[in-house]
Amino acid sequence: MDILIQTIGDIINADLGSPLAAFIALLLVSLAILGFMSLTAGGLSFIERRVAGRMQSRIGPNRVGPQGILQFMADGLKCAQKEDLIPDGADRLLFKLAPVLCFIGVFGTFAVLPWGNGFFASELNVGLLYLMSVTSLVVIGMLMAGWSSNNKWSLLGGMRSAAQMVSYEIPVALSLLPVILLCGSLSFKELIGAQGAMPWDWNILNSPFTFISFFIFFLAALAEGNRTPFDIPEGESELVAGYCTEYSGLRFVFFFFAEWANLYVIGAVAAAVFLGGGHLPFGLESDIVSLLVFFAKSFFMVFIIIWLRWTLPRFRVDQMMTLCWKTLIPLSFVMLFGQAITLLIYHELTFLQSIVSLVLFAICVLVGVKFVSRVLVNIKEQKYKMMHTLTGS
Amino acid sequence: MVKEELKTEYMTINMGPQHPSTHGVIRFVIKTDGEIIHHCEPDVGYLHRSIEKIAELMPWQSFIPYTDRVDYVAAMNANWSYCMAVEKLAGIEVPERAEYLRVIVSELNRISSHLVAIGAADMDMGAYTPFIHALRERESINDLLELICGARLTYNYMSLGGVRFDAPPLFKEKTLAFLDHFEPVHEQIHRLISDNHIFQKRFRKVAVVSADMAKKYNLVGPNLRGSGVKFDVRKDEPYSIYDQLDFDVPVGKGFEGVVGDCYDRYIVRAEEIRQSVRIIRQCFDKMPEGDIAAKVKRVLKPPAGHIYVRTETPRGDAGYFISCDGKTSPERVKIRTGSFTAMSIIPELAKGLFIADLVAVIGSFDIVAPELDR
Repeated sequence: MDILIQTIGDIINADLGSPLAAFIALLLVSLAILGFMSLTAGGLSFIERRVAGRMQSRIGPNRVGPQGILQFMADGLKCAQKEDLIPDGADRLLFKLAPVLCFIGVFGTFAVLPWGNGFFASELNVGLLYLMSVTSLVVIGMLMAGWSSNNKWSLLGGMRSAAQMVSYEIPVALSLLPVILLCGSLSFKELIGAQGAMPWDWNILNSPFTFISFFIFFLAALAEGNRTPFDIPEGESELVAGYCTEYSGLRFVFFFFAEWANLYVIGAVAAAVFLGGGHLPFGLESDIVSLLVFFAKSFFMVFIIIWLRWTLPRFRVDQMMTLCWKTLIPLSFVMLFGQAITLLIYHELTFLQSIVSLVLFAICVLVGVKFVSRVLVNIKEQKYKMMHTLTGS
Repeated sequence: MVKEELKTEYMTINMGPQHPSTHGVIRFVIKTDGEIIHHCEPDVGYLHRSIEKIAELMPWQSFIPYTDRVDYVAAMNANWSYCMAVEKLAGIEVPERAEYLRVIVSELNRISSHLVAIGAADMDMGAYTPFIHALRERESINDLLELICGARLTYNYMSLGGVRFDAPPLFKEKTLAFLDHFEPVHEQIHRLISDNHIFQKRFRKVAVVSADMAKKYNLVGPNLRGSGVKFDVRKDEPYSIYDQLDFDVPVGKGFEGVVGDCYDRYIVRAEEIRQSVRIIRQCFDKMPEGDIAAKVKRVLKPPAGHIYVRTETPRGDAGYFISCDGKTSPERVKIRTGSFTAMSIIPELAKGLFIADLVAVIGSFDIVAPELDR
């Protein structure tokens, strides 16, 4: 039974056998998730804008609340006050349904997402599969939005998103398979449980194949989440705003709400499946600490996604499809096959695994050191002088 | 049995005038097969302000502020073309210091214009950060130009026979300090975006303009040089003091692709920025003291006749044809700009491209709507 539901059941001292109590418990859990999701999505929208500001030598929102942290609430309120426009000739039912579907697709994933090592809203034994399938609802929502808006730019955006997301679901699923082979389970709890605390015990460093699978997963998930360099469905400079061109007010908020929540989902799945969940070494682990560690890992991934967005240009639509069908999918098949063979070898030669993991870890550390030193050299070379120091002379 | 045929038709899409990447108000009517453009028809004239006709009602000096509005991204250069035309017509000698000041402000303006061009091209490709970085540097140039003439966009700095204001104290120091700061930043922007693999993939081998085609369509400026034709008015028909200055004319060499693709045009602009920096440094070294403007009669009546003067603006060879009947205002002014010819080549290039590529093509040609429509 679900751990969290049980806890809440304990709190309200009700026997979960009765339907009403179960309903209330589920409602409470859903509300808790909704609150968490809203805060995450809103917080991420704020974080993204601040990070983007720093990268572009500007400040970003800093007026509402301390350091502008309540900006997302102001934006939400503003959007709620906007007129709800439905364009002439739009398919009204589909137009209204589309943002809801997008939202549901992302909201549904939060049911199985782990919070730390111990907390699960619902501990499904096919958690990963459920997550993959419920995300597909987003595609339908976007396609609906594009089709029903009675706008050709929206239509193009909707078509692009359908093509893109349907294609990229395959590499996402395929790149998760090596890890599933490794752990022998689709449940998040067991996936996290199979990993250890130290980096070389994580799934990502198990073998070169899981290592590459992680990057395939990351790229494909970026594409599924419509993030740069794959933000083609809403490519502003090409398609005005893609599928959500005609949306305004709260409906528009729903789309972006879903997008930012999805950002966290990508980070959380990566952290749970590849990056060792919320484990901490040296016996420091407890439920609350694992929660923090897990969030730290997830938000680190989210930060990388934001970083990529404000650095890279976007692919063209055909280049993106080529990348998916000609590179990522074959590559992920190779990774799956390779991992299967690796598992057989590891079975025979158990010591080999720790050697491979340690070597991979060493490589990662070297790359990290190289990167940091290059950044430091760059900073030293630049000797940045901003203009206000010049005009002040 | 009736054989049913699947009917397909092209989708007509209206791109602009309020499209985010048409650089102002340009409209394209495109017929597409899915995402692939089958036919593209530019619709110009949304920013037409009859500037040429206005000139006929103006005293000679009063038209200068209007030339700012012809190309507000590089107003200094537009000023200069008109002033030079009238000066040649009326036989006005420009003092040497004024020439140097003109070159300095024009080259500063060329840098800022090219920064907008490459920044906007980056943004069209979905990269926002380089655009903001480029605009940040442009802001510094605006500060410098504000220092010398009091305006940040439409300068009205040049006058017939010279320039309006002398360089204020510290202008030289501040400009040189800016250049010292700017050169590494330019390299940084370059590393950030021009060397980016995705960006190169979007720009190279797209919309290739061969040298013949470029000449046929009368492309000018960086667009022409991007196709590998080494022609620069500053070098080939030197005016002002450009023959005393040492600079190179960068041409497209098929960096990462084919000669004359979008990437070549883009890189030529980036390279021209470096050359402009060189020119400005030389000017500050050589600039003499002296008058900044020749004495010109308030009511100017140049002798009857006509003249065609061309200068190298950031968007290429800008020609001013002026016909004069000896009165206090021009009989006819015809402005020939680079954006217009660049626009005329787009329908031919757009065939078979993706919509996303059309955006790249517009970005790489650096079309500025007010200059296009005048």
